[in-house]
Amino acid sequence: MLAFMYKNQRYFHHNDFQKPHHSHDRGGGSVGGKNRGTREIKIVRRVLDVNDTIAHQNRELFREKGVFVINVMSSPGSGKTAILVKTLSQITPKIRCAVIVGDICTSNDADRLAGSGAPVVQVNTDAFGGDCHLAAHVIKTAADNFNLDEIDLLIVENIGNLVCPAEFDMGENLRIVVLSVTEGEDKPLKYPLMFRVCDAALLNKIDLLPHLDYDRETAVQNILKVNPQMPVFEISAKTEEGFESWISWLTQKLHG
Amino acid sequence: MHEMGIAMQIIEIAVASIPADLKNAQVKRVNIKVGKLAAVVPESLHFCFQIAAQDTPLGDAELNIEEIPLKIKCTDCNVEWTALDPVFICRRCNGGSVKMLSGRELDITSIEVED
Repeated sequence: MLAFMYKNQRYFHHNDFQKPHHSHDRGGGSVGGKNRGTREIKIVRRVLDVNDTIAHQNRELFREKGVFVINVMSSPGSGKTAILVKTLSQITPKIRCAVIVGDICTSNDADRLAGSGAPVVQVNTDAFGGDCHLAAHVIKTAADNFNLDEIDLLIVENIGNLVCPAEFDMGENLRIVVLSVTEGEDKPLKYPLMFRVCDAALLNKIDLLPHLDYDRETAVQNILKVNPQMPVFEISAKTEEGFESWISWLTQKLHG
Repeated sequence: MHEMGIAMQIIEIAVASIPADLKNAQVKRVNIKVGKLAAVVPESLHFCFQIAAQDTPLGDAELNIEEIPLKIKCTDCNVEWTALDPVFICRRCNGGSVKMLSGRELDITSIEVED
């Protein structure tokens, strides 16, 4: 298993990457219009455009190398690692996989995933409560650990969090959100951006349904309210129920 | 949750945008747009901005956040509406083929610098 620590390198200064594309005008109308003695300088750029630029570079690199990248996101404890362990056991070695796994602390998930034989890189954002998501520059650095010519599918297991990872493009081809039946049915409505930006949803732990007062129909309906055309796969990482359609969808996307 | 990182990014962009002839000037105001669906809580962003701006030319700057509504358009029947809930099902035809016209913004639009 390869491992490295991501030590708070945080955000780059935008001048490191590209010239700022803002204009400085003393334009009569805007000067002093709002505040006397001030000059308004138009900027108009995305706050996260440094991330977007690196994500774009990642996407180009992965396309060039023929690597398909998926970004798996969910709240903590929904079963991302268990799903990936089972998924890897079904698709390797036919599909050559590698994994980048993000956690704030510990390499526990990487240890579990390394059992598949796929190369795994653990990214720890900080030993004491670091970043809540993986950003494009982290993926760029982590991907340096692999020989991309020998990889068909790069799986990124993001940090457990339904909010922030949704905002950060990493250069992936597909985004997958995992929701488990031990969470509320209304999660998609509470975290709409996550469910909106993803391409498929996995409803995990359905083996527990007999023991829960969980309304799976409502959960699926809520996912479809936010993203009406999103495929939803009801699965159990424990029993592997539903895996056939999830794996066949994934491999179809990979080869498509 | 990542508002501190966002605040730091805003400050970096703002500082880099101060014109050379106003190098020592204080930034009075930073204008940004935040979409309703962006994963940013304006209150947290204000709080983080205040802390992160200390000892920078933005120490006394006001962060002015314009909230942008979530606007959706149905690509089947072309109806447009402003959504108050995150429901992406067409109001008119019940179809699911929709696109977001606005609501994901996280843009810095301008800074106002002491002249």
